[in-house]
Amino acid sequence: MFRYIIRRLLVSIPMLAIGSFLTFLMVSASGNPIAELRAKPGVNEATIRTLEDELGFNKPILIRYWDWIVDFVQGDWGRSIALGAARAEVFPEVSRALWVTARLVIGAEILAILLGVTVGVLAAVKQYSIFDYLATSTAFLMFSMPIFCVAVILKNYGIKFNNVLESLGMDRWLSTVSPAAGGFQGSFGEQVFKYTGTYLLPTLSLMLISFAAYSRFQRASMLETLHSDYVRTAKAKGISQRRVIFRHAFRNAMIPVTTLFSLNAAALLAGAIVTETVFGWKGMGALLVQSVRSFDTPMLMGWLMVTATLVVVFNLVADMMYGFLDPRIRLG
Amino acid sequence: MTYPTITDTVLAVENLSVTFPTDDGDVRAVRDVSYTLRPREVLGIVGESGSGKSVSSMAIMGLLPGNAKVTGSIRFRDRELVGQSYKQLQSVRNNGIAMIFQDPMTSLNPVFTIGWQLSEAYRAHHSVSKKAAWAKAVEALELVGIPQPDRRASQYPHEFSGGMRQRVVIAMAIINDPDVIIADEPTTALDVTVQAQILETLLRIRDETSAAIVMITHDLGVVAGMVDRVQVMYGGTVVESAPVDGLFEHPRMPYTVGLLGSLPNPATLGKRLTPIKGAPPSLINLPTGCAFSPRCPLAIDACRETEPPLAPADGRDHFTRCHRWQHLASLRRPQALFEHDEIGTVENPAALTAVDHDMPVAEDLAVVEERMSQEGPNS
Amino acid sequence: MVNPLTVPSSPAAPGRPSEFDTTKARKQSTLILRRFFRHRLAVGSLIVFLLIVSFGFLGPLFWTISVDDTSSRGYLPPSADHPLGTIQTGKDMLAQLIRGTRLSVQIALVVAFGSTFVGVVLGALGGYLRGLTDTLIGRFTDLMLILPQIAVAAILVRGLDGSWYTVALILAAFGWMSVARITRGETLSLSEREFIEAARASGAGTRWVIFRHLIPNMIGSITVNATLAVATAVLAEAALSFIGLGVRSPDTSLGLIISENYSQITSRPWLFWGPFVVIVLLSLAVNFIGDGLRDAFDPRQTKVRA
Repeated sequence: MFRYIIRRLLVSIPMLAIGSFLTFLMVSASGNPIAELRAKPGVNEATIRTLEDELGFNKPILIRYWDWIVDFVQGDWGRSIALGAARAEVFPEVSRALWVTARLVIGAEILAILLGVTVGVLAAVKQYSIFDYLATSTAFLMFSMPIFCVAVILKNYGIKFNNVLESLGMDRWLSTVSPAAGGFQGSFGEQVFKYTGTYLLPTLSLMLISFAAYSRFQRASMLETLHSDYVRTAKAKGISQRRVIFRHAFRNAMIPVTTLFSLNAAALLAGAIVTETVFGWKGMGALLVQSVRSFDTPMLMGWLMVTATLVVVFNLVADMMYGFLDPRIRLG
Repeated sequence: MTYPTITDTVLAVENLSVTFPTDDGDVRAVRDVSYTLRPREVLGIVGESGSGKSVSSMAIMGLLPGNAKVTGSIRFRDRELVGQSYKQLQSVRNNGIAMIFQDPMTSLNPVFTIGWQLSEAYRAHHSVSKKAAWAKAVEALELVGIPQPDRRASQYPHEFSGGMRQRVVIAMAIINDPDVIIADEPTTALDVTVQAQILETLLRIRDETSAAIVMITHDLGVVAGMVDRVQVMYGGTVVESAPVDGLFEHPRMPYTVGLLGSLPNPATLGKRLTPIKGAPPSLINLPTGCAFSPRCPLAIDACRETEPPLAPADGRDHFTRCHRWQHLASLRRPQALFEHDEIGTVENPAALTAVDHDMPVAEDLAVVEERMSQEGPNS
Repeated sequence: MVNPLTVPSSPAAPGRPSEFDTTKARKQSTLILRRFFRHRLAVGSLIVFLLIVSFGFLGPLFWTISVDDTSSRGYLPPSADHPLGTIQTGKDMLAQLIRGTRLSVQIALVVAFGSTFVGVVLGALGGYLRGLTDTLIGRFTDLMLILPQIAVAAILVRGLDGSWYTVALILAAFGWMSVARITRGETLSLSEREFIEAARASGAGTRWVIFRHLIPNMIGSITVNATLAVATAVLAEAALSFIGLGVRSPDTSLGLIISENYSQITSRPWLFWGPFVVIVLLSLAVNFIGDGLRDAFDPRQTKVRA
């Protein structure tokens, strides 16, 4: 198992390298950031010229890639292609954005898994009951709704809810904007109030669809294990129904769900990007949109490399979980 | 048909019927099945797929799906099992009556060690420490003939071969010293050589623990070598019941005759195999009268109108569900009934002579079975 | 979001009628169709889907206000002239919606077809040929999976143009990976079956085996996955267009329409709910059709052996 992890990591490195090359080509080929800057009104040509030289846009693309990657692996991620104050350093900027997004994503995913697995197990055990039909219909509905629609609707009702609170003389609770940079101030109670208020709606938006996916998957997986031969054997051994469901069926039903976990990475990212747009959070989503618009090569490369690495790590974690749960994989 | 009750009867099944309601109608999987078991007795239940043999044993264990309707009586010692809840049956399962299933590859939980699963089986009925249960698990493994049981108990099912896995399943079944062991096609999924070892293990267990065994199979070879008594099932019910020698030497039901002739066994050595034409009946739309009548070379109108009762044929303990068993008994070579292309509806004198037809000679059991199951309800 | 309806829980079902028996195969397709039509929900969804498609494609025949007509004032509430009101520039919302629906459906179909085609071919090649081909295809798939679809698509669309077919092709180019994985798995298990060996023994070449033997046996899961891919494509394109990096004018799409009008949800809710209902109904319908197809091809029954 340990060797497997090492092997996977070793394979990932050249994969990330090739990926970086391809994305660099793609980003560079998609447009000329300098031209974009030139098109902006009131821009000094000389400043642009110096920027051009500094970034080496006159050099052939392979050289530019080489320059970039050499700097990149040493920790110098370059600076944004912009003028003056807008020239943020890539690494701190990406890290900041990542931190904003991560807090949203991690919370949402944990909730989605906990709730989704629970609902899935219950729906399977009480198959065809009202609970099952409700859970199934909700799941279907959730899959058919774009995340941004869910976010917009929640935001809308959040505002309405706040209006109700205000009319009752209470503070507005649900926030529909980005968390303040400095964190939450005030007493513990105030902080909890602000924290939940800020995180509730976006987390809910991101979580609902993921939760639906996990619940459906867990239900299907659970049904399969409940009808398996070894569960039949377990029943024949005379152990209690509870034990059969949780020790035997559930334990096996968890295994395929880990594959869902690894598949979810890209979808989570897309969902986070869209949710951030709706709620105005300045995370990876906003960074992406802004960088793509201005063809900001260094920023985009930083962004892509970070997400690519995260996907690799994510998949590795899922594989380890899979190995942990299934001794057939662990021992080969 | 009620069997006389004997004081040391360990299991008494009386008029057991199992019906499944489906969208297409009621599936009458088991109809009016009865038998008794005494300690050390080995009963063989023989039949094709769809004969109801597995469903009847699942009914005993209470392992049928929730929508199954079970009527009749199943008495284990003095306890009535029909109508009991899951919780109530827990004390009997794997404690008084144990079951061994067909496919050892899927019968064991892949994520727990063998020792853990055996201990669980023991601790379900005895409150002992984990250590004590583990020791019992190792002991059970030894009993079924697994070498290095203490080492192997820490291994996972996928680290065992098919035959070994089936032994583990047997170990799990005997760990609580049951009075009845129901083995549902325990060797079907295994190689022939391993088959013999498993059967030998079961017999040894019977000798050492005085358990009664119900051996469910479609393989007459298994039956011949192992059981004391045979019940042949067809169309959900018992069509013949006899001591094993009596069944092989004097079959009193045409289906049994056909079965004996169509499967390779020592009796057919050197002769052509003669499959029974036609297909097993649909359990939703059973024909009126005898379930076998559409395929029976001896069927007359009475057969198609009324289903015969399970009645004594000659000899002690020999019962048959056939109107024409006496005629069958009078035939010199009953096998010839199936060697004719045409299935005669009245007595066919030609059936008494050996007729040479272009019948395929099957190399092994699997191919013949394939054929018999291919001409199944799908066509 | 990942649609677990696209992730099968088990490979090809055992117990199918003989693969060589062509007479049975014909009967099988009628059997499948009959099973599908027994699913009232799936049939109902099929009707809804066709209605939505007609809405998009045939709508302009009935609703003749031009999409670009700015003669009315902006942000008018719903009325007889403008059942869904007008947008900021005075254009009729219903006309926009009709056009957006049509383009979204077009994009989804192209993406689904394209990604399924590429995914099936690559997956089948890898699963059947194994060895180096499989490793290369596998690594390529992994590579593509590392790059987030939405980001890459955004970059390319920005670099090219925001027309509907560009967006569609780009999404397809980065959306075939999961189909390839699933197909590869199925091909691997199918290749174990004897009829493949028999085909090869009688001299069939790789292309023949793949197209005449493997794929017909996977047609069930291919169809189901392709159908569900339509639903995911609708949502993926909508998300991309929503953040402004997908379809751009002069083309439009449901996602773009929502993106342009969602800020009005409190003051002029009809501008949001109109496109919302269309997009949700579209995905729901396609999901149910896919579910019905899956049941039609591979009905799951609780097994009770007699």
